[in-house]
Amino acid sequence: MSTTAPPFLSIRDLSKNYGAFRALHDIDLDIRRGEFVCFLGPSGCGKTTLLRAIAGLDQQDGGTILMGGRDVSRASPSERDFGIVFQSYALFPNLTVTDNIGYGLVNRRRSSAEIARRVEELLTLVGLPEQGKKYPIQLSGGQQQRVALARALATSPELLLLDEPLSALDAKVRVRLRDEMRSLQQRLGVTTIMVTHDQEEALAMADRIVVMRDGGVEQVGTPEEIYRRPATPFVADFVGHMTFMDAIVTGPGRVRVDELDLLVANATPFAVGTPVRLAMRPEEVRTRSIGEDTPNRFEARIGDLAFLGSYCRAHLEPTSSRSTRIAADFSTNAMRDLGITAGQVCTVAFPPEALHVFAGGAR
Amino acid sequence: MSDLAPRLTMIDASVKVAPVRISERHVAGVLIVALCAVLVLIIALPLWALLSKSLEDTHGNFVGLANFVSYATTPTLFFSLLNSLAVASATTVIVVPLAFLYAYALRRSCIPAKGVFYAAAMIPVFAPSLLSGLALIYVFGNQGLLKSWMMGASLYGPVGIIAAETLYSFPHAMLILVTALALSDGRLREAADAMGTSRWRIFRTITLPGARYGVISAVFVVFTLVITDFGIPKVIGGQFNVLATDAYKQVVGQQNFPMGAVVGIILLVPAVLAFFVDRVVQRRQGAMLSARAVPYVPRPDRRRDLALLGFVGVIAFAIVSPYAIAFWGSFVKYWPYNLSLTLSNYNFAAVEPDGWKTYGNSLLLASLTAVIGTALIFIGAYLIEKVKLYPRLRAFAQFLAMLPMAVPGLVLGLGYVFFFNAGWNPLGFLYGTLTILVINTIAHFYTVGHITALTSLKQLDSEFESVSASLKVPFWSTFRRVTAPICMPAILDIAVYVFVNALTTVSAVIFLYGADTKLASIAIVHMDEAGAMASAAGMASIIMFTAIAVKLAHAGLDRLVFGRLQHWRQR
Repeated sequence: MSTTAPPFLSIRDLSKNYGAFRALHDIDLDIRRGEFVCFLGPSGCGKTTLLRAIAGLDQQDGGTILMGGRDVSRASPSERDFGIVFQSYALFPNLTVTDNIGYGLVNRRRSSAEIARRVEELLTLVGLPEQGKKYPIQLSGGQQQRVALARALATSPELLLLDEPLSALDAKVRVRLRDEMRSLQQRLGVTTIMVTHDQEEALAMADRIVVMRDGGVEQVGTPEEIYRRPATPFVADFVGHMTFMDAIVTGPGRVRVDELDLLVANATPFAVGTPVRLAMRPEEVRTRSIGEDTPNRFEARIGDLAFLGSYCRAHLEPTSSRSTRIAADFSTNAMRDLGITAGQVCTVAFPPEALHVFAGGAR
Repeated sequence: MSDLAPRLTMIDASVKVAPVRISERHVAGVLIVALCAVLVLIIALPLWALLSKSLEDTHGNFVGLANFVSYATTPTLFFSLLNSLAVASATTVIVVPLAFLYAYALRRSCIPAKGVFYAAAMIPVFAPSLLSGLALIYVFGNQGLLKSWMMGASLYGPVGIIAAETLYSFPHAMLILVTALALSDGRLREAADAMGTSRWRIFRTITLPGARYGVISAVFVVFTLVITDFGIPKVIGGQFNVLATDAYKQVVGQQNFPMGAVVGIILLVPAVLAFFVDRVVQRRQGAMLSARAVPYVPRPDRRRDLALLGFVGVIAFAIVSPYAIAFWGSFVKYWPYNLSLTLSNYNFAAVEPDGWKTYGNSLLLASLTAVIGTALIFIGAYLIEKVKLYPRLRAFAQFLAMLPMAVPGLVLGLGYVFFFNAGWNPLGFLYGTLTILVINTIAHFYTVGHITALTSLKQLDSEFESVSASLKVPFWSTFRRVTAPICMPAILDIAVYVFVNALTTVSAVIFLYGADTKLASIAIVHMDEAGAMASAAGMASIIMFTAIAVKLAHAGLDRLVFGRLQHWRQR
């Protein structure tokens, strides 16, 4: 899987409108063979529309799609090579699990013995051996999802499309299945695109994440890149939790929030005096091993504390300025060791490399 | 999960060779165009023929609105319009409150034997409308058993028409109101009870507003049903003219086609109005109930239940007994003077040249209509709902499929006369054949079947077609293997609906039958005209029992289909 090889899927300048509503615009995207890509975004951002355009189920208005070097921009779904799993699974309720999985094999002039062997193989692959005689309604949600996956893989497509395949499941099953799906995908090496609105799912499963908003691509990157270096305030806010503060640039690598002068590690292209937005993740607020030379240290009062299981979320009010409130996550460990309680004043620090600077104004 | 990856990729190469296939897009295009063509032929063109005929004189010259002017200035014709409006209004005022209370008793009380009362009220649906007229003649007519109850007034006229129409339209109103009263949120009732609200206030502020759309819908359906009905005014109307009988007289009696067309268009007005009101009401009603609504479960209340039981009993008796008496009358030698029983009235050939053959014709028509019509309706609905190509053509087909709902049978029949009788029409040879009767009957009852099919198709996962496309299975395979089997109960519903209506309808086909294709329902009209009322009642009873038998067989078959073929529905 070298980066110099031509991409398996290549999308250029794709657009689609529903009347005056721009469902997709200016989409440019390359996906490598064998890659697991997640389309992530809030509902209505166009991620499902993009997936359906790739499948040919909803044709785009403009732009091209190249699949394995072939231009499929105007091809019907049956002229493209993909398997798909929908949120509803769309299993045929009147057919057994075996018939569902073999559905796409029957009209390919395979002998019934061959088909039976292949279906048996797929059932084992998704961990449902000996369930073939059952009807979909007799299976649990998680089992139905695996049958849908087996059916999509039956014809050995080059591309696997997953449209929110996990969102109809319980939280526990969801976590287990997402690990299984990821390892299955890696073993088969099938190029996979998954649509999801669940950032945790995307971070856990994807090789690369495409964050979408209002029909456009906001950022493309590995999960780590998306999380550590969000390109826009939208990505910063949508993936993980983020506190935003209004600030002014006071010098190279220096900003001021109210009365606080802060160092930022990432070089900022903004001129002195420019209003900017400063952002930081709650878990980056430091409370331990703060020395005299620790940059960006200041006194803050702990406002309300919310217990969230393995950690607590607090709201910090810098003593120098009561108008700024900054979310901070403290692990249960830190709470105990430091004896943190609501209303207390303590010393905290913002690591310069954890501060993100975005242009000011509207998000 | 074992290590199968290498083997999977091996199979890969061999599966990739896709067999040669016909382009789905082309097949879908051909089918949708064919559907549009059929619907244009059987629905749009006859209606267009009716409209254009109303603007011509008897020689076929364009005269603008002259026919409408002469209609309005001819007193005898204009009085029929007033008569029709009066009769339809009176029937509506009587039927809707009675049907509401009846439906209320079935849905919101704890009276026993609800199934029996429901079935009793449904009986008129299975008989030709004119049987209710014949039945009333047996009871209150000149030779009626209870003639004295009329206190000298004549049954033959508005009184008889209103009474018979009340019987005939009652089940239609009841069905709508039973549905409307089923759609209610029990939590509102419980909240009101918890606040100690009086029963009358609950009825006024919760029950009635909750069912108001059903009431509006019932009012329009009953009004339209009555104003367009032909059978009842024909047998019991006497000298009292209404629109439907006028249309018949103008076309069949006087061969005045343009004036018949004018009457047809006047009949179209209330039906079209009812159609649009119904569509608005359906939309509102759907929005009224949230997904979290809890159905209301009535609790026993002795006084209320006894009072409602009494009411329901009286109404059910009033519906069933006339039909029973008409059935009895069909075996009576000489009503009411010699009540000894005989089978001679069933020797139909004595009063109607075609005799029993008309019944055979009716069965043949109903069977052909059920088979061909159901196939056309269901496949048409599938193309409209599930094939995502050619959106404009599909929208056009959808419009045409909904149109027959707004067209009374009599009006459609007139349209067929004008269209298939026109000298230029190469399809003119169909006139008088069984084919045209089948086509006309399919068109006449198209919309209800279409809606049933759509409702059932909409319940299927909308991604079945997408999955099939991704697996390179053409849509017709998925239709055969998945869609049609799942929708089998709905398909049976449509077939039975079409069959029963084809058996009982008079209004459209009375203009279209030929020498060899006279139907039982038309024979009833002719036998009644010839004074052979017992034979007319006999034939009508046979039709009614046939329809009921088919309905019962359907119920049995439904159970079988659900039990054997649809076992996948059970966990």
